[in-house]
Amino acid sequence: MNDKTIAAIATAQGQGGVGIIRISGENAFDIADRVFTSTSGKRPHSMPGYTASFGHVCDENGNNLEAIMLVFKKPHSYTGEDVIEISCQGGVYVTKSILRAILDNGAYPAEAGEFTKRAFLNGKMDLLEAESVMNIISAKNKTALKAANSVLEGKLGKRLKSVKEDLLTVAAHLSAWADYPEDEIPAVNEDEIFTAVEKASNALQALIDECDRGRVLTEGIDTVIVGKPNVGKSTLMNMLSGSERSIVTDIPGTTRDIVEDTVNLGNYTLRLSDTAGIRFTDDIIEKIGVDKALDKINTGELILAVFDGSGKLSEEDKHLIDKISNYNCIAIINKSDLPQIIDREYISQKIQHIVYTSAISQEGADNLIAALDDIFSTGAFNPGEGILAGERQRNTALSALEALIEAKYSLQAGYTLDAVTVSIEFAIQELLALTGERATEEIVNKVFERFCVGK
Amino acid sequence: MTYISENYDVGIIGAGHAGIEAGLACARLGCKTAVFTINLDAVGNCPCNPSIGGTAKGILVREIDALGGEMAKTADECLLQMRMLNRGKGPAVQSLRGQIDRRKYSDIMKHKLELQKNLYLKQAEITDLEFSDGSWVLTTRTGATHKCKCVIIATGTYLSGKVFIGETSFESGPDGIFPSVFLGDSLKKLGLSLRRFKTGTPARVLRSSIDFSDLEEQPGDDDIVHFSFENGFLREGENKVMCHISWTNDKTKQVILDNIHRSPLYSGKIEGAGPRYCPSIEDKIVRFSDKPRHQLFIEPCGETTEEMYLQGMSSSLPEDVQLSFYKTIKGLENVQIMRTAYAIEYDCVDPVQMNNTLEFTDFPGLYGAGQFNGSSGYEEAAAQGLVAGINAALKVKGKPPFVLDRASSYIGTLIDDLVTKGCSDPYRMMTSRSEYRLILRQDNADARLTPLGYELGLISEERYNAFLNKQELKKQEMKRIRETVISPGDELNKILVSRETSPVSTGVHLAELIKRPQLSYEALKSVDVNRPTLDKAIFSEVETEIKYEGYINKQQAQIEQMRRLETKNLPFDIDYNSITGLRLEAIEKLNKVRPANLGQASRISGVSPADISVLIIWLSSGRGR
Repeated sequence: MNDKTIAAIATAQGQGGVGIIRISGENAFDIADRVFTSTSGKRPHSMPGYTASFGHVCDENGNNLEAIMLVFKKPHSYTGEDVIEISCQGGVYVTKSILRAILDNGAYPAEAGEFTKRAFLNGKMDLLEAESVMNIISAKNKTALKAANSVLEGKLGKRLKSVKEDLLTVAAHLSAWADYPEDEIPAVNEDEIFTAVEKASNALQALIDECDRGRVLTEGIDTVIVGKPNVGKSTLMNMLSGSERSIVTDIPGTTRDIVEDTVNLGNYTLRLSDTAGIRFTDDIIEKIGVDKALDKINTGELILAVFDGSGKLSEEDKHLIDKISNYNCIAIINKSDLPQIIDREYISQKIQHIVYTSAISQEGADNLIAALDDIFSTGAFNPGEGILAGERQRNTALSALEALIEAKYSLQAGYTLDAVTVSIEFAIQELLALTGERATEEIVNKVFERFCVGK
Repeated sequence: MTYISENYDVGIIGAGHAGIEAGLACARLGCKTAVFTINLDAVGNCPCNPSIGGTAKGILVREIDALGGEMAKTADECLLQMRMLNRGKGPAVQSLRGQIDRRKYSDIMKHKLELQKNLYLKQAEITDLEFSDGSWVLTTRTGATHKCKCVIIATGTYLSGKVFIGETSFESGPDGIFPSVFLGDSLKKLGLSLRRFKTGTPARVLRSSIDFSDLEEQPGDDDIVHFSFENGFLREGENKVMCHISWTNDKTKQVILDNIHRSPLYSGKIEGAGPRYCPSIEDKIVRFSDKPRHQLFIEPCGETTEEMYLQGMSSSLPEDVQLSFYKTIKGLENVQIMRTAYAIEYDCVDPVQMNNTLEFTDFPGLYGAGQFNGSSGYEEAAAQGLVAGINAALKVKGKPPFVLDRASSYIGTLIDDLVTKGCSDPYRMMTSRSEYRLILRQDNADARLTPLGYELGLISEERYNAFLNKQELKKQEMKRIRETVISPGDELNKILVSRETSPVSTGVHLAELIKRPQLSYEALKSVDVNRPTLDKAIFSEVETEIKYEGYINKQQAQIEQMRRLETKNLPFDIDYNSITGLRLEAIEKLNKVRPANLGQASRISGVSPADISVLIIWLSSGRGR
């Protein structure tokens, strides 16, 4: 199945200090031998595993590029195959030149995730680990990476172990109770079952809550910037994103469409939508923009309401404040470098978090982070502790949780225990799928859809 | 000397519960069928408990009936007492158990075989089985050779049977009948790998020697549900006998522990694995040493005998020890043993050598059923006999095989477990073995399987029409219940309050009321004014399906998911060694079991989820085709 030898640049592309090109497969040593000349005359076939050799790669223009070759012999490598890693100076030119030389000598370019696929197929990692690697590859930021890593280290499995075992004990007791009607199986105590189910459902709930809190960090926050025209929303957004994304002018109504951008602020990733200023208008195009803005307010996870500190609160402002006060919302009082005449009292009665900022002085970013910490209470969140990584894991945990809630309901409502058993066993099955102890087509597809199966 | 005798489409070795169902199915499907038994007086013998059914087993019996098997009808004909077990525990785990007249059961079964067209019942010990010139050839002890297109082995505990009673042991089948002593070697020569299993039975004692006066009574149900869907569904009290309950005590325990060294199990004379879920009394006392007492049931063996069966007290201790410990039990102080308890060891196969038609993968046309396949119990045997018989007949007719999956029935679950996971001790059916208990109920076995039985040709036109009529009535009643709105009022609220559930102020659907656990169909009778007159069985099935609708749907969704993996077929001739990524243990197991599809593969112990993923990738990369 793994008949081709594959190669790819294993480090992030860009101006890094060091670049690594990885070759994996049956011909890895032959190919390395052809492209790499060792100063000491060592050749990959005769080198022991886990050893390195210094030398150079000659690129197609005849340049000698300094490099170090690392040898991994199967099965003691990431993929379980013969692997060569060539470390060189970072930078697009050098790494690409070396990769080109390798491909010219018979290697095939690796598809996304193909090294991991081979590692999985060669028994170097289990399904959940493979899933974690895929999550790591696609991690948007450090937090997501940490979460995926914690799954890879088996921490999630350990956290779920006791939940699973408690439920298995209950299920086993219920089985005995059903299968031995006339033997002296200790009577089933419904309160005990309820307690065990509740304990398990609390644990799962905590895991999902953590995941959701963490999602703010791993997935980013859907953030809507609102405010009446010309208070400096676009300027704020540009400050956050560090690029001229919206058109900034002094003419009210310049921002007519929703502009999407993603910025990293502290640990947070904000997915920003700059909305058209909310004001009554006869301009058809702008009217559409206003409607979209109102829509966005309803679906966003965070609203940044921008006000001009140097101006008075208008009726439109007050209307907006009333509308958004029930959402996760931070009031940004802009133009704090100018004399302040805004009615701060009114705003603070309705909106808990107020941050003063100035597009010119860029003050207030730290205060904004503090306000985000407060709203999303991620302070206690530790992505290294074994949390759910990725949508598949969360969905499966949620499905298990729902089954347990149903089991509690059934117990309370007085359904017969065979019905309760259905829900508990369903939850166990979901937990097994979650920890990779049960293979379903769904999990395999989800994990490997990014592997281009079938190609 | 041998001579050439009759040729048959199907030859069946054994006329126990497996052989009977296999023989009847083959003959009814038009095959010329021979059923061989060592002793004609042991057809359908019940060498252990005088009862049919039990938890999960009762569901098997109803399923056998729904497919057109015979066990349920015969049990109904010689019923002594009927109980629906787990009545209060919910519909998923309810199951029938009937005390039967064991001699009468045997006689009725024998007579049915004799009357069956196409079926030839023969007293003969089969000593040799070989495949030659495209046929299976069965040779009897007296030298007759029979050519058969298919053969079903259903040898029960007879195959190289050996009885143990304390220090005494001798070659024997059950109930003192001759064992089958030559066939084992022949099967080994053929290439089947045999192993030893063991089971046991308690003593039979004389009724008049028991003092029942202080024993707890165990009566049958007032409302009897019969095993067979053909026998009407509910009838008023037909219980002819009473069972009794007693308990072991410290003295019993002491006698057994003092003599445990004389048990062939503990001295190592018995090598076969015994049934984990049906242990002997000495096993129970040693394994559960903290339990002060164990329950036993005293059950009559028939209407025309004074023999009583001591359920829960099987033993292989010496006869004198048996007598001493039985006498320590309340009610048995002066007990007279008529048949001594014994353990019996026998040859059987590892069923993973078969596919889910119960045909040996490497021996086309050769099938196994019952204890020979490693199971335990009359009902498990009958279920396998029926499926093996149907498949042998289909094979003879050149038709595609008949396979029941786990979601269809306990029969399917039983066979899938056997051929996929194998068993390390005699396999007993239990409700916990099914993932889909709320769907595989005893009351809907007909809805699940009778259409299949009809399609096969095992269900008569008349019965099928009655079945269709019942389903139609059920459907109409479900519809009526969903559509009926009960208006609020004093009468309704009186019912609701008296059953401790909240009263209503607006009209409410009858279905919603039935879903409340506190309410039953029966309780709402007075407010459900348009209720039709229907069979009780229909009411109770409708009630269950409405009340547990949410849970049933949940299981249905699980079944859909399971069936998705089940449709990914794995060709039988895959060389698993050639698939990169499979673990060594998985390769071994997969090569041995040769699963029909991914779903079955995923249930093999030793095949991990990672291995399944490898197979999914392997299949989707087009290599399976």
